[in-house]
Amino acid sequence: MDDILFARLQMAFSLGFHIIFASIGIAMPVLMVFAERLWMTTGDRDYYELTKAWAKGTAILIAIGAASGTVLSFELGLLFPTFMRHAGPVISMPFSMEGFAFFAEAIFLGIYLYAWNRISPRLHLLSGVLVAVAGALSAVFVVTANAWMNHPIGFDLDENGNFVNVDPVAAVFNPYAVHEIVHMLVAAYMATGILVAAIHAFILLRHPQSALHRKAFGLAMAMVIPMTIIQPLVGDFAARQVARFQPLKFAAMEGQIRTQTHAPLRFGGFPDYETGETHGAIEIPGMLSFLGFGSASAEVRGLEEWPREDWPHPLTHYGFQLMVLCGVLLLLHTLWATFHWLFRGRRLPDSRAFLWATVFAGPLGMIAIEAGWTVTEVGRQPWVIYDILRIKESATPMPGMIVPFIVTLVVYLGLSAAVILVMHRQIRIAPGLPPTDVQREIAR
Amino acid sequence: MILPWITALVILIALIVYAILGGADFGGGVWDLLASGPRAGRHRDLIAEAIAPVWEANHVWLIVVIVLLFACFPLAFAVISISLHVPLALMLLGIVARGASFVFRHYDVAADPVQRRWGRIFAWSSVITPIFLGICVGAVSLGAIRVEGEQVVTGYFAPWVRPFPIAVGFFTLTLFAFLAAVYLTKETRDPELQEDFRNRALLAQLWVVVLALLAAFASRGDQAHVRLFEGLVPWLFTALAVVIAAVATWLLFQRRFTWARVVAAAQVAAIVAGWGASMAPYLVAPDITIENAAAPSNVHLIVLVVLGVGAFVLVPSLLLLYRIFKREPIFETLERD
Repeated sequence: MDDILFARLQMAFSLGFHIIFASIGIAMPVLMVFAERLWMTTGDRDYYELTKAWAKGTAILIAIGAASGTVLSFELGLLFPTFMRHAGPVISMPFSMEGFAFFAEAIFLGIYLYAWNRISPRLHLLSGVLVAVAGALSAVFVVTANAWMNHPIGFDLDENGNFVNVDPVAAVFNPYAVHEIVHMLVAAYMATGILVAAIHAFILLRHPQSALHRKAFGLAMAMVIPMTIIQPLVGDFAARQVARFQPLKFAAMEGQIRTQTHAPLRFGGFPDYETGETHGAIEIPGMLSFLGFGSASAEVRGLEEWPREDWPHPLTHYGFQLMVLCGVLLLLHTLWATFHWLFRGRRLPDSRAFLWATVFAGPLGMIAIEAGWTVTEVGRQPWVIYDILRIKESATPMPGMIVPFIVTLVVYLGLSAAVILVMHRQIRIAPGLPPTDVQREIAR
Repeated sequence: MILPWITALVILIALIVYAILGGADFGGGVWDLLASGPRAGRHRDLIAEAIAPVWEANHVWLIVVIVLLFACFPLAFAVISISLHVPLALMLLGIVARGASFVFRHYDVAADPVQRRWGRIFAWSSVITPIFLGICVGAVSLGAIRVEGEQVVTGYFAPWVRPFPIAVGFFTLTLFAFLAAVYLTKETRDPELQEDFRNRALLAQLWVVVLALLAAFASRGDQAHVRLFEGLVPWLFTALAVVIAAVATWLLFQRRFTWARVVAAAQVAAIVAGWGASMAPYLVAPDITIENAAAPSNVHLIVLVVLGVGAFVLVPSLLLLYRIFKREPIFETLERD
């Protein structure tokens, strides 16, 4: 039993690590390409320096994403071989298409990073665009495969539990995939954008006059603002899809233990799974029924409808609350910027208060992504393939799984520290600033 | 049931391409580790310059192999994942360490001591990864992984902690190192560096031969059922590989590096293809075959269609990549020779 727990923790940790770099790999090329395009159209040297700086960061972070993604593709089998034994053929299509997206991303990233002087500016920009497109497509394919785990279609089960009549094409056109894909992509642009904005805001606090960092900050916010505004709408759609396809996960997310009509929307709160009450939540009466099923009087099925052993871990509830909290804070930050832009002469706020707010908002997007994936993945359990195959039936028979788990933990923690160190040094030598000790050191 | 055989062939081809391209990137790390003498710094710079633009694309071939395996031969993937968990995990450790340390070294702005530390990790992980890749290849061919009723019954160490897989592991390492050294002679116009890597390539080729003999010897000594070196086709491939290896060696002696590069790649291709031919019809000898592990044939058909369509995008992109970065593209220089 403990072996299974360690296998799950290892998967959770590997995915939680990879998703940050994958998200940055999706969104960073977009910023990089916009900066390059602005350089080409305006001839402003700052945008050239910015493109170069952002491209370097992208190169480092995508490489980590590629390596940790490889680990995941092996871990599917290393940790849950029985799952892959059944799922592999059904989700063969998104995974094989993902291979090509990955190829395109790697090829054009190589060209983008190293062929500045070897190809025409237009072809160079185009290769950057292709990196961004391929990154988004990778996300589409991988998330489609995940959607299948939550809403498995495209096969039949025979009396022995074998998968028969496998139809990979039906599995790829999965109604559950749409909201997952859009929610994830918007989240990636949002979280990466706010992280980049926070870094440049931090530099601006120390060097308020830096024109380059003002431009960088503006570009990042130009990505953050529209994404943060549409994300609540996408999230609402996502919640309705979950309510429709996975009512159990919906109940777990919302801390809805009892079945009731006029179910309230809860912010925060601690569900007591023994008594069936959720304590300490701010409640809007009838709102959950309305958001989930379109009518304030609609019945929301609570956890009590399902056997206790099938209930997802309470983390599903807390993860959801954390994600929503981060989203609300980011939305407030974006509204601040938007109103300033609308009513203060089409300019972003550059007060110290707003810059500090941006610095503190920086990690919130990534925290929301981690929390949201916890909701999706933990909320699916105890199933690995929803309602079909349980985690405990799919895990590797290998004993001593604590060893690979600890190795994974140590390696990824070390790698995280190294990435932070390297990125910190990159930021210290950011262009557009007076030379630092490090730069003088290099110049010597 | 011809479709699974076609998919299996595609997997073999992807593995060959991975060996020829990705293998050389690991081999580069070996020469980084072994760089010494007055030109060590220049060696390391040349290796980094040669690898930097292409290593991520080259790496994707391994992903292709894995995805095709779990999509089309899920039972084989499950059996390999269970019985070779340990060497696969160690290989992954190498892959992560190699990729991360390479970009850190390439982009980090720190002073020399930190750079050297990244370089050390890069070099050592480039050595470890091919060894464990080779161990896995050796283990699936040996016949020591037994499966009863879809359950692996031979444990987690016994199938690979034995002479033959370990010999194949080191053979893979020397083969990749040989390939990298041959390629590097064409990555520079500096005659000193060319000469250095020519000598290294010849030395590595000697090791390739030694380890090939050792692996053959180990396969004889092992108790388990062995599939290599049986039948006409595997012997033909072995003979072919020997002839090509001899030609590659001669070309290196003659300093005809352009042709040496092509022939060295052909040598590796012949070896991996020969391994594939000797494996057929087994994916994991002796219990898992192409036929009994295959997913339903419509899955193979769909995957092959996806691969066919994808190839239209992939092939021109790859050609563009190598055209831009391998300053003297193979085909152009062949015409001039």
